[in-house]
Amino acid sequence: MDPGRGMVQKRVILSGCEASAEGAIRAGCKFYAGYPITPQNRFPEYMSERMPEEGGVFIQAESEISAINMVFGAAAAGVRAMTSSSSPGISLKQEGISYLAGCELPAVIINMNRGGPGLGDVTPSQSDYFQSTRGGGHGDYRTITLAPWNVQEIHNLTYLAFILADRYRNPVLVLADGVIAQMMEPVKLLPKEKQIPKKKWALTGCKGRRPNSIKSLFLTPGVLETHNLKIQRKYQKITENEQLYHTYMCDSMDLLVVSFGTCARICFEAITLARAQGIKAGLFRPVTLWPYPSEHLKRIAEKVKKILVVEMNCGQMVEDVKLAVKKDTHIFFYGRPGGGVPTPEEIFKEIKRI
Amino acid sequence: MIQKTDRYLYRKPESLMDNTTIYCPGCGHGIIHRIIAEVIDELGVREKTIGIAPVGCAVLAYDYFNFDVTEAAHGRPPAVATGIKRCLPDRIVFTYQGDGDLAAIGTAEIIHAAARGENITVIFVNNGVYGMTKGQMAPTTLLGQRTTTTPKGRDPYQHGFPLKICELLATIEGVYYIERTKIDSIPDIIKTKRAIKKAFTYQIEDKGFSLIEVLSTCPTNWKKTPQESMEWVRREMVSFFPPGVYKDKGATI
Repeated sequence: MDPGRGMVQKRVILSGCEASAEGAIRAGCKFYAGYPITPQNRFPEYMSERMPEEGGVFIQAESEISAINMVFGAAAAGVRAMTSSSSPGISLKQEGISYLAGCELPAVIINMNRGGPGLGDVTPSQSDYFQSTRGGGHGDYRTITLAPWNVQEIHNLTYLAFILADRYRNPVLVLADGVIAQMMEPVKLLPKEKQIPKKKWALTGCKGRRPNSIKSLFLTPGVLETHNLKIQRKYQKITENEQLYHTYMCDSMDLLVVSFGTCARICFEAITLARAQGIKAGLFRPVTLWPYPSEHLKRIAEKVKKILVVEMNCGQMVEDVKLAVKKDTHIFFYGRPGGGVPTPEEIFKEIKRI
Repeated sequence: MIQKTDRYLYRKPESLMDNTTIYCPGCGHGIIHRIIAEVIDELGVREKTIGIAPVGCAVLAYDYFNFDVTEAAHGRPPAVATGIKRCLPDRIVFTYQGDGDLAAIGTAEIIHAAARGENITVIFVNNGVYGMTKGQMAPTTLLGQRTTTTPKGRDPYQHGFPLKICELLATIEGVYYIERTKIDSIPDIIKTKRAIKKAFTYQIEDKGFSLIEVLSTCPTNWKKTPQESMEWVRREMVSFFPPGVYKDKGATI
């Protein structure tokens, strides 16, 4: 049932999976295909109930590969479409994500990152940072990657993901983890999207027009290169226009902590502990992991000599921080790989140490 | 003096574009493309048809069919078709797949699209070889048949047995209609057309999943003349892949 039914500007308690799924529905998503995997099982369960209520389609696919290709079909038909999964499942979906990028089809993919590599475990992790921000599959492409840090934000960012996907005809990832997926928090629901842009390129039958085709194969010499240069120009435009970030206590500080998602939330606590002891630490949290808010980070990092990057992986985002800031900035890293989640005290200790 | 007439006995179907294909002389794809185009014209559904091309020789189908066509990743056309058909249930959606696409890398997709009883039409072109990659063993390569990866002929102890797709899918409850045909003679081409038309008609009537397997030719990779290739279909392929109706829930008894 619509969790916002009868509610006027009130907040409802939802898990991250539910809030994300409801954000998709409110953005006009009419197609969901997925496959069970912990910690995101509530996602397909919620969609199996809500999609038919909203006149949409829910399919439990036979595999992650099939699910993303169903999304490919729905997107080709001009419908707002999505899938959700967790790390090993996202690896399987990379084939389809590469095709979506090559064919310039809009779609939204939710990754509730779990510990890897391989089967890993089901605890929260951020080890899919490279996979999410560097393309993930074969070919020279990028996916917009949004990283929420609480349940309200995953609701809002899932909604935004559909708008960005349509605006740029590109797949958009929402990268969260098992904490955000399963944690329940109050959410103020967004109003339902009324105007979904018309898609002249979609395959709907060629009545009254010339046939449309969707393809990523360009065999004629020179044509593929032209196509790739075109999508690179699009990525440039996305980089210029779509960077999102969030700062905390950055006005007066000696040390900047850079962290995203759940880990940034733990850092938030650690910074509060530090401030209580007179250590002037601030937080920079990228919300778009690609495009990375590099210029913003550079500007804010100019105030400090030391940066501490904290991640739930072995230091993947450190590369983007190094690329963004001045060369003489001292960059420290604290991280816990798949299977480990840091505590605020742990991070506070690290802040004190450096 | 030649007079213009509106009555044609034979001409290019509207559902085919006026492009030259990449297909080799004697290849069966041309015949099968034409049959599909004729059927779509006759059913009057060109403007609401969406085709899904495979990876393989038929990947450029969007250059040949005069209606909406998308590509799909190798083996995934049934999943892509599911996405399209569920979103646009009043359109006519079909996949066109080769034996590598459907019977090797895409077995999960075809079996589960059939199990869900998706209301789509599948045209399965079986020529027993990977054509576009120059003639490797396919899941439907006959025992003893030489390919570039079975240089001494397909040996079941080393390469396994060929897969009978019609027989396999006919066991699935969600399937409405399955038939295997061939295109090595005029009567068989007519039979193939009849089967394909029936499959599309069932889709229009919302009956569910249909698959037509067409035994086809690949003279280039079989290293045979077009004529010898037709002969090979008639003599060799038919003995392992018998043509016939394997399931037809709409058949009147």
